[in-house]
Amino acid sequence: MRKFGFSISQTRSIDLDQIDFSCLDELREAVPTFMVCINCGACTATCSAQQFSDFNIRKIKTMLMQGQYEGLAKQLDKCMLCGKCTLVCPREVNLRNSIVNMRRILTKKNK
Amino acid sequence: MDESKNKRYWNEYQKEIADDKFFYERSCIRQTFFPGSEAAFLKIMREELGKDIRDEANQHTCTGIGYHSDIVPLETTMTVVARLFSLMTDAGYENYVPSCVTSFGIFTEMVEMWKEHPEMLEKTRKYLKEATGRDFEAPKNIAHPSDIIYKYRFELKEKMKYQLVNRFTGKPLRVVEHIGCHYAKIFPEKGIGKAEFPYVLAGMIEAWGGEVVDYPERRHCCGFGFRHYLLQENRGYSVANTKKKFESMEPFEPDFIVTNCPGCSMFMDKWQYTIAEMENKTYDKDGYGIPVLTYEEMAGMLLGYDPWKLGMQLHQVQVENLLDKIGIPYKPNEKYRGANGEILPSPEKPMNLKV
Repeated sequence: MRKFGFSISQTRSIDLDQIDFSCLDELREAVPTFMVCINCGACTATCSAQQFSDFNIRKIKTMLMQGQYEGLAKQLDKCMLCGKCTLVCPREVNLRNSIVNMRRILTKKNK
Repeated sequence: MDESKNKRYWNEYQKEIADDKFFYERSCIRQTFFPGSEAAFLKIMREELGKDIRDEANQHTCTGIGYHSDIVPLETTMTVVARLFSLMTDAGYENYVPSCVTSFGIFTEMVEMWKEHPEMLEKTRKYLKEATGRDFEAPKNIAHPSDIIYKYRFELKEKMKYQLVNRFTGKPLRVVEHIGCHYAKIFPEKGIGKAEFPYVLAGMIEAWGGEVVDYPERRHCCGFGFRHYLLQENRGYSVANTKKKFESMEPFEPDFIVTNCPGCSMFMDKWQYTIAEMENKTYDKDGYGIPVLTYEEMAGMLLGYDPWKLGMQLHQVQVENLLDKIGIPYKPNEKYRGANGEILPSPEKPMNLKV
């Protein structure tokens, strides 16, 4: 290969046709209310963990919906499972249960 | 929707293009990389269409590359543009035709800015007078050469010896058209079809027998991007954009690409070499790459001009396979004959891209 002094940057675009949605499918089955989320961000606003770290439930949800699993397990470990997010959710999404299940599913996937 | 309504809407997507007496401004990139294209445009205008077009010897850069790379300040660009307009004023012309899409964008931008801010126009007049002692008038009409070829595409078709048809299969050639961002994305109303339905090149292709390929990334930038390629370390971003386009068009198996912008012609051509050398990947079946032509080269080859006089051998992706498909004769031995009549040494061959 010739050296040009630069390399071709990888695209950051997400091709939904190429994504493995198995984790999302499993979560949807375990926590059906996860799919009624309206991305309002109330969970993130009230989250105790986000005050002390970059933990962001809304972002995690988006990453999961787009099939971006890289670094997700590490993020989920920051949750203290206090459940305040579940209390404030206007759509009554069982977020605490979602986090527990996400951890389980990703642990299984990363094994 | 009835046809008259469609027609009325489409009329809103047209632009005014002067009929005659044009002042031509050459492009920095095109003069270097595809000088035959500008010569072909002048020949088409004078000999095929019988138009009066002036090719001024004292012209200079419009500052486009420096301006868009944040190196040249606005006031300097305005004064440089004013000097170019002063050459036109002195020659007695009012219709400006910049060869380059970036220049087209720059001139349009400056004229629009002067309309919105007359104080800037006065300041520019002052700067130009102080620097050069010259006066100028803004042009009445600014049209890109591709606009003019588009306007007269049917007249040119009558003079053409060849069509965009594969002589082996009898089917129209599949052509990817790529329009420079600065043609209609800065001032949409200044482009034929505006920014939404750019038709300037598609109109030529359809009129001359070809089929336009509509692929997902059709309107994506070619990757030129000015400051993105100027620094070597940043060129990965530039080539990534071009790669995205090639990946998107590959399944449609285009026969060639035609562009109206110097940067697009250069990068879509040269990056094919880069990608082939870096990743051993070409976007045609046979490993030769997809030829990239300027619209003047497309018009010129169909009019029967000698492909080597059009400068088509200066492209990285070679065009012989395309010429064979259309049935255009060429002399392989004459390919590298210089202007002085001597045969020049053949260029070094790439490692992966076939030539």
